[in-house]
Amino acid sequence: MIFDYNVIWEALPLYLGGLLTTLKLLAISLFFGLLTAIPLGLMRVSKQPLVNGAAWLYTYVIRGTPMLVQLFLIYYGLAQFEAVRESFLWPWLSSATFCACLAFAINTSAYTAEIIAGSLKATPHGEIEAAKAVGMSRYKMYRRILLPSALRRALPQYSNEVIMMLQTTSLASIVTLIDITGAARTVNAQYYLPFEAYITAGVFYLCLTFILVRLFKLAERRWLGYLAPRKG
Amino acid sequence: MLKGYGAVILDGVWLTLQLALSSMALAIVLGLIGVALRLSPVRWLAWLGDLYATVIRGIPDLVLILLIFYGGQDILNRVAPLLGHDEYIDLNPLVAGIGTLGFIFGAYLSETFRGAFMAIPKGQAEAGMAYGMSSLQVFFRVLVPQMIRLAIPGFTNNWLVLTKATALISVVGLQDMMFKAKQAADATREPFTFYLAVAALYLVITSVSLLALRYLEKRYSVGVKAAEL
Repeated sequence: MIFDYNVIWEALPLYLGGLLTTLKLLAISLFFGLLTAIPLGLMRVSKQPLVNGAAWLYTYVIRGTPMLVQLFLIYYGLAQFEAVRESFLWPWLSSATFCACLAFAINTSAYTAEIIAGSLKATPHGEIEAAKAVGMSRYKMYRRILLPSALRRALPQYSNEVIMMLQTTSLASIVTLIDITGAARTVNAQYYLPFEAYITAGVFYLCLTFILVRLFKLAERRWLGYLAPRKG
Repeated sequence: MLKGYGAVILDGVWLTLQLALSSMALAIVLGLIGVALRLSPVRWLAWLGDLYATVIRGIPDLVLILLIFYGGQDILNRVAPLLGHDEYIDLNPLVAGIGTLGFIFGAYLSETFRGAFMAIPKGQAEAGMAYGMSSLQVFFRVLVPQMIRLAIPGFTNNWLVLTKATALISVVGLQDMMFKAKQAADATREPFTFYLAVAALYLVITSVSLLALRYLEKRYSVGVKAAEL
């Protein structure tokens, strides 16, 4: 078995296009996922059973079912209802890119909400007492004390979630999108060279993973420097 | 139930469970081998273990599944004629699925096990050595039993991810519940109903596992005092 570089070299533009699609899917779903995760995380630390319970149910169901099922429910499933097909949302809901972003954003919002809730709960109680002692309102306390420090401390766990999300975006290739995995599947289908096609995709993902790890290390040094062990 | 497809999908549940349990068994074996390599004092063995854990965890499951399934089939059909086997061999999706998921999750488990082993006080292994046990005896008689308690939370997480990852094997043609649901959805043109049913089944499996593993964690922690705040 000889590794056929020529085919991969020729298919490189396809892979680079796939790389762009992967990054686009990742960025969009992480952005909207984080945006919804913050209120959900706050709901998860609420003392009101109804508010907390609703967020708990959401994260429990999303985290307890496979991403593939969620993606199929949105992309193939919603078309079952005529009301959906005739609504103004249909142009979006019939697009694979939109459905993939929606499914990924929903998925990551559930995991991220739990990370944020865990981080909020781990706030040293002295900080909360001090905020109350200087007479901050609840809103001000969350805005100035709890959220800034909780979001920073969530960074290491969030970096894991981002890397998991990068890997999850490979499912987009199942709903016809040409991301990195989709490019590899196209190459394999054309030339029947499974090793060359998928190992190239694997190398792309490994590089992306290492870059993300590096970026998060830098972010941690910037925002979590005060928690790092002292040098020397 | 479900327009007569209920029984078909339940058949798929059995296959999903078989796949998940068998691949977990394989993953535990590979995870133990992986962690033994990674914690080994021999430099190149430790490097080999690290390479396994890093590379596998850095590549999406789906890519590895496609690589091992199609690549494995390719290798098999190149090697088989050399051994005097002339027919084309089709990989059994269940066997290939167990091998692939076991191989992937072995890497994740080796990471979970590594954290657990490192949390065991050094004196334990040294005491075993002092009694004249061989390093294999120390590993299986002293370290592994203590490691289990420490590894359960991480293991629970790995198991849940593995259970959900089994759905991906339907992409290479295993007739698990996801595959059956797709067939039913295509035949009846009611995809939402069937995917929702499958989602509910996965939720049942993950909920039951969560309860069972929480009970196990309690059992293994009986002898450990929890510090109260």
